[in-house]
Amino acid sequence: MAKTIVLERKPLSFSERTYLPQIATGLKTTFSNMFKPKVTLQYPEEKPHIPNNYRGVPTLVKDPNGREKCVSCQLCEFVCPPKAIRITPGSVPEDQEQREHVEKAPQEFEINMLRCIYCGYCQEVCPEEAIFLQDQYSSSGYSREEMINNKQKLYELGGTLPDRHYKWDKKKQAEVHGNTH
Amino acid sequence: MISPSKEDLVTITLNGVEVEVPNGINAVEAAALHGKEVPHYCYHPKLSVAGNCRMCLVEMGTPMRDRSTGEAILEDDGSPKIGWVPKPVIGCATNVSAGMHLRTESDLVTECREGIMEFLLVNHPLDCPICDQAGECRLQEFATDYGRGFSRYIERKNVKPKRTRLGPRVTLDDERCILCSRCIRFSQEVAKDDVLGFVDRGSFSTLTCFPGKELSNNYSLNTVDICPVGALTSTDFRFKMRVWFLKETKSICTESSTGCNTIISSREGVIQRITPRRNDLVNDTWMTDSGREIYKLVKAENRILRPSVDGKDLPLSEGISSAVRILKDRKVGVVASCKSTLEEQFLTKLVIDATNAQVYIRGHFGEDDGILLSADRTPNLRGALINGLTDSYPEDHLNGLNEALASGELESLFVIDEDLLASGVDQENLKDVDIVFLGTHSHATSNMARVVLPSFTVFEKEGSFINKSFIVQAFEQAIPGPVGLSSQVEILSQIINHLRVDSDPLDAKLDGVWKSMGEVLPDLMGDCDFRSLVKAPFQIDGSKWSHLDFVEKNALNFESVKGVQV
Amino acid sequence: MTFDWMPDTLWFSVLLKVFYALMMIGAVMTMAGYSVLAERKVSAWMQGRVGPNRTVLPFVESIPFFGPFLKGLGIFQPLADGLKFLFKEEIVPGHVNKFYYYLAPLVALVPALTTMTVLPFGQIYWEDGSVTTLALADLEVGILFVFAVSSLGVYGIALAGWSSNNKYSFLGGIRSSAQMISYELAMGLSLLPVFLWVAAPGVSSSGLSISGIANAQEGAAWLFIVQPLSALIFLIALFAETNRLPFDMPESETDLVGGFHTEYGSFKFGIFFVAEYAHIVIGSALFTLLFLGGWHFLPFMNDPWPENWIGSLIGVGWFLCKTIFLIFFFIWIRWTLPRFRYDQVMHLGWTKLLPIALANLIVYIVIVTILDGSF
Repeated sequence: MAKTIVLERKPLSFSERTYLPQIATGLKTTFSNMFKPKVTLQYPEEKPHIPNNYRGVPTLVKDPNGREKCVSCQLCEFVCPPKAIRITPGSVPEDQEQREHVEKAPQEFEINMLRCIYCGYCQEVCPEEAIFLQDQYSSSGYSREEMINNKQKLYELGGTLPDRHYKWDKKKQAEVHGNTH
Repeated sequence: MISPSKEDLVTITLNGVEVEVPNGINAVEAAALHGKEVPHYCYHPKLSVAGNCRMCLVEMGTPMRDRSTGEAILEDDGSPKIGWVPKPVIGCATNVSAGMHLRTESDLVTECREGIMEFLLVNHPLDCPICDQAGECRLQEFATDYGRGFSRYIERKNVKPKRTRLGPRVTLDDERCILCSRCIRFSQEVAKDDVLGFVDRGSFSTLTCFPGKELSNNYSLNTVDICPVGALTSTDFRFKMRVWFLKETKSICTESSTGCNTIISSREGVIQRITPRRNDLVNDTWMTDSGREIYKLVKAENRILRPSVDGKDLPLSEGISSAVRILKDRKVGVVASCKSTLEEQFLTKLVIDATNAQVYIRGHFGEDDGILLSADRTPNLRGALINGLTDSYPEDHLNGLNEALASGELESLFVIDEDLLASGVDQENLKDVDIVFLGTHSHATSNMARVVLPSFTVFEKEGSFINKSFIVQAFEQAIPGPVGLSSQVEILSQIINHLRVDSDPLDAKLDGVWKSMGEVLPDLMGDCDFRSLVKAPFQIDGSKWSHLDFVEKNALNFESVKGVQV
Repeated sequence: MTFDWMPDTLWFSVLLKVFYALMMIGAVMTMAGYSVLAERKVSAWMQGRVGPNRTVLPFVESIPFFGPFLKGLGIFQPLADGLKFLFKEEIVPGHVNKFYYYLAPLVALVPALTTMTVLPFGQIYWEDGSVTTLALADLEVGILFVFAVSSLGVYGIALAGWSSNNKYSFLGGIRSSAQMISYELAMGLSLLPVFLWVAAPGVSSSGLSISGIANAQEGAAWLFIVQPLSALIFLIALFAETNRLPFDMPESETDLVGGFHTEYGSFKFGIFFVAEYAHIVIGSALFTLLFLGGWHFLPFMNDPWPENWIGSLIGVGWFLCKTIFLIFFFIWIRWTLPRFRYDQVMHLGWTKLLPIALANLIVYIVIVTILDGSF
């Protein structure tokens, strides 16, 4: 056990025991505070600075080629603690040239923002880097249905993110460079 | 698992520990018996050994003997000296013998596994996010358990066709295939439909169908089940649902009297797929493709979802009281069903007794494919025999009922599940009869019924069937039934309670039904109850019915000796 | 006060009194309302915030410069607050004692408003040189009336706590009564030296008249200079009597949810709210009158303003300035000091303030006796 040293408290002087000088000091402090610059942010007119690692509304993003990145692996649905995510998987037709080598994509992707707790697990678990909690922090609606973000809304919110994940392009290159079997 | 007789056991040394295993089984099984997993891809306990994946490499050795004298050579400490085979051997093709030494956890074995995993993953597309096998994929499991954990491969991977159609129900993803040849061996050995093979060499090797053929036999989806990776995928289940969401329920296939053991995979009350469950006495690890489609009955268009009386939708309780009014104190005929569960048939018998009814029953028969699809296309014909619904073997029509109706013997009919008009009964004869129909789907007969009591499919209730080998097998409820409906057991119990107002009300729980069944059929059911049946199916003595002309032919795990099976 | 043009009938004088009373109520209530705004503004400033700055009347906003300035000050906020209290849904919990539950807010408000009838707030200089004190009723025993009536306010709180049928409310009510009893004594005792001092031989006015005490400080030392200890004890007791921090025992929102008004909402809560601030306004006015010279200029100085209606107005204004400063002081203290624990409140009241007040009284009895030479 650590050694304990008992410190004797210094006896209070008379003025200290009346507390009046201390109260006066306190009054001085609060009074001087009145003239300091205010820290209030006038919210709707002034917006707060959103740091890069902010966890806002979860969104779906497209890659720079405009392809949807989500392949509906449903890992986010699985990991989501409040079960806010609901995905209907779907397959991508083979003949879409734009989406060569993409086989699977969500048919429907719903995030219930009344359930979402903004934990960011979905972003963390996503193997395709398709879901991001971006800088939107204010979402509101008049009905419960409105608060469920569907696929279209999620892509609208998400936009395009420059990514480091070029899986399908790599595959395309391999195909072009004679690795086709 | 069949436990071998004591004489067949031999002692081997597994990782330095002496253990007893059945003589002649291979090293993979021997290690598994003692809790040591030997990873393997191409080996399958129900198929021949191919030995081409090399994943199950183990170290094998035998005690050394002096060639001249035959005496054991000893180490310095007096223990016998082991002659280890200088290179590892594949466990699947190594049968154990007395005194054999095996190492499944040595450094060499670990390195071998790492090497094999690395080779297998060289051209693997790492599709896991979209792969239907993910979650039950051997490649995933062994890569985490025995793999290196990182990749040294920086070159471009091979690109192969991703959606080759092998047959109407099977899609092949070539990139994922690890060439284990399980599917080829299955087609040859079990399905007896030799359509698959490898073509080309090296990294060009590809699984394909022989020219002009396709994988279209009724067992093709078993290749998907045994595929250790996601190469063969079910076209029906493809991209539908990730397997980790699925709730698995033990069930029994109702397609034929074989009674394949199955697993119903459902999520949130919706069945996603049916897969076979291993039972070495019944279906090994296989089932038919047609049996996997049965779940579509749940959402079928002609499913009856509301009880009705004279065409009007009414609550179930009113339907039941109307049914009782029709059945009570009248000349009643009961059309029982071989599709009902054992418990339902037992209660049907009680209805018959309570109404003094004439009983009619129909069998459904088809082609016997000699594997798992038997000629008897009802799951529980033997249950009808045991419950005394019929003494003779049911025929594929209801001509007897037709005659009885024509002669005006019957005033009301209680039909369970059967379509009378499709069973040789004339519509004319049904005109003056009040019909109570208990079933799941609508057809011509149910449309004529005065009282329709809809009920549950096999997936929405629990119960038991007796298969062609007289094995009593229980199934559990996989999904909730439609709102407002009750199980057949519940409905029948209520009808009986209304009919027999003097007796004690029946216990509509399965445990209660089994208790009464044990009282009525003590020699057959003994003191078994439903809960223990769920855990362990049992076989009953069917010799009493050996004089009957059962239609089943010889098939997998079934020998058609008249009457007594197995 | 009367003017020549006024008819000298009973009806008219009654009507006039009612008119004056309504004016007084209007003034005090307005001050109470704006005290709430001041509370919000001052607390915001002290905490580095800006406070209410959004409420504005549509036409005022369009006035250039001045409109936005008023908006920034939140001048119209009390209007919005009041309307909110009026229009909120009336929720009456099922378990309350309905009659007393409805009665309690009134019992709290009425004494607060009644005490103001005797509060003088200035004086009128007539042309003939006579002077009339501005008050609804300038009682000779004004201070006794104030004490008697304002103490009734605690019944409202105790009643609210009891009728709410809720343990938090009940504890709040109990604490409030205990606190009121404890500090009433010190408060009364602290004022006795003031009356001794003012009612010295040769001073004409009655010792218990508030306006008399205020006038006694004209051109002389303010009483808080002469009797600092009395002023301090009175101030502390005033805080306790008005249930202000650091003595807000009945509310103690950190341990009693909302204290006595936990079960109150909408306008009934609003009445409690207004009553509390009315108490503060009246307490501030009282302290101004007793210790800060009332409407008189500065200590040791004669009023510099002329003795006519202008002087009257300036006097009233000056009185208001002092009162407003004291209200500010109330708020200032609230955001400076944390709340006492209940036992500390009792300890301070009984073992500190009461003996000191007694000692203070004895000392001043001796001093006054010596000064008066009447021993």
